Amino acid sequence: MPDSAIIEIKDLSTYLGGHWVNKGLSLSVQRGEVLGVVGGSGAGKTTLLREMLWLQKPQSGSIQIFGTEITTASAATLLALQRRWGVLFQSNALFSSLTVLENVAFPLKEHTTLSKKTIRELALLKILLAGLPADAAVKYPSELSGGMQKRAALARAIVLDPELLFLDEPTAGLDPNSAEGIDDLILNFQATMGLTIVIVTHDMDSLWHATNRVAFLGEGKVLSVEPMAQLTANPHPLIKQFFTGPRSRAAKGTYQ
Amino acid sequence: MKEPLFLKFDAEGKQLLCQGEWTLANLGNLQREVKKAAWPRSGKLQINGAGISKMDSAGAWLILTGSQQLEAQGVKTQWAAFSAQSEKLLDYVSKKMPGLADLPTVTPPSWITRLGKQTLQQLRETQAYLHFLGKLTFEALGLFFHPRQFRLSSIVNNIDKTGYRALGIIALLSFMIGVVIAYQMGFQLRNYGANVFIVDLLGLSILREFGPLLSSIMVAGRTGSSFTAQLGIMKINQEIDALNTMGVTPGQLLLLPRILGLLITLPLLTVWADIWGTIGGMLMANNMLGVTPYDFLERFQREIPLRSLLIGLGKAPVFALLIASIGCFEGMQVEGSAESVGTKTTRSVVLGIFFIILADAFFSIIFSKLRL
Repeated sequence: MPDSAIIEIKDLSTYLGGHWVNKGLSLSVQRGEVLGVVGGSGAGKTTLLREMLWLQKPQSGSIQIFGTEITTASAATLLALQRRWGVLFQSNALFSSLTVLENVAFPLKEHTTLSKKTIRELALLKILLAGLPADAAVKYPSELSGGMQKRAALARAIVLDPELLFLDEPTAGLDPNSAEGIDDLILNFQATMGLTIVIVTHDMDSLWHATNRVAFLGEGKVLSVEPMAQLTANPHPLIKQFFTGPRSRAAKGTYQ
Repeated sequence: MKEPLFLKFDAEGKQLLCQGEWTLANLGNLQREVKKAAWPRSGKLQINGAGISKMDSAGAWLILTGSQQLEAQGVKTQWAAFSAQSEKLLDYVSKKMPGLADLPTVTPPSWITRLGKQTLQQLRETQAYLHFLGKLTFEALGLFFHPRQFRLSSIVNNIDKTGYRALGIIALLSFMIGVVIAYQMGFQLRNYGANVFIVDLLGLSILREFGPLLSSIMVAGRTGSSFTAQLGIMKINQEIDALNTMGVTPGQLLLLPRILGLLITLPLLTVWADIWGTIGGMLMANNMLGVTPYDFLERFQREIPLRSLLIGLGKAPVFALLIASIGCFEGMQVEGSAESVGTKTTRSVVLGIFFIILADAFFSIIFSKLRL
């Protein structure tokens, strides 16, 4: 695996709601890795994610994805980039008026000229890969449980076979079994499809189990990027405080 | 002939050499090539992936469906020389391939099934509406025994939103309708030289029919829809559930203030519409028929009985109850999705206006029997 950066963020500063959410933030994501992003509430995790997706514009700084500077990219360049990444939103953002199959097939319909039959089979394949049974495909999102909705949204995120996957709190609000299932899926996708994955999460188990490195956000910057084992031993007061609760100690005990 | 890009069939070595990028972006071309290739009918075939520079799950799917088809024709296939990563992907995808056949087919129901379902659903909804009305009536009566649950500020707030802020648009619309009616009637009256009778016609029609009807239809479109949308979103956000668990029924806090508010507002708006409709007609009568405002008003108070105003005003509370109860009911019927909010809001306005006109027709029949 070539050790090249797929995302390169430099000196990013964002002013939102009367204060600097991040100031001089730099981060790079390597090809093929699963990078966790953590930090206390309001540390700017979601803002950072939205900026990488170009849903929100920073005041200054540079964001390079696949070697393209997105802060100055034209609409057409952005569109081409958007086809190469998939996003799982925190609240799934499945289209409520479409069935799961239609939801997953939607990007294919919009972006490819494949036949209807091919689109249907590919979409169904992604639904199966995401661990849903075939009969869930004809249901509407509101008829599915939270865990199944998450899987359906994940199927939609990977339907264009992206190289890069952004996941915003993929295990939030799920029972431990479903959460574990999602973690395993993420690892599976990384192993089989060679995906690079950025996960914003609070879930200690996910962080230990599914990530290669973890970026800790605090004070408007990335305080440290390292594997969980090292990160939990980091002496920085904010990081220390974050990882000293009973939950994180329990998770550490399980995985070390 | 153009050299195939992705597939090379080596008939002697019984090998299929795959090459290039087997990805979603190339899938259309890949499929075309696969279709064109001359496939063997029997024997063995080795699928060689050494030349594949990049493969994603769409490419894996194509290889797997292809080999499935060959197997079905009696050709034994095996993979060879795929990269470790591709092999993993093929393995992973192939485990899921049998599931592709399991997609349940959804056949649209026949018209008779749809008719039956629709009928039952309508009946159920009617029953639910009656249940809703009964429960609300009960809660409203309960207010007499628990006056502290009477939410005056909430009612006043609703009056402000549904009434005060609608004054402008209702005045404008009634004024224009007054102008239009006077113009149409004026034509006929002028032919007979009966110009001054414009006052009787205009006064009666506006006070008895147009005032209450117009303001109700405006309110159904403006307020009924907003009731449904507000309550629907609150239902989706589980705010209604939250209220229920706090021992505050949505009835007391959300529904009754809206219904009582509109019950007060709509008769007032009707008077307002009557006034502006009459002014519009009066101006038109002056311009077109030469009936001066002085003559108009002098004849108006002599010829138009108070009864007409009261009949018009009497309808308004009924219309208000219809609009508010339908708007609130449809809002509480919202379930699950954003689409549901849309359909219920549409239903709320359509049903609201439908029942207003139906009720108006009933009033006309009753009044004619009573010779009012």
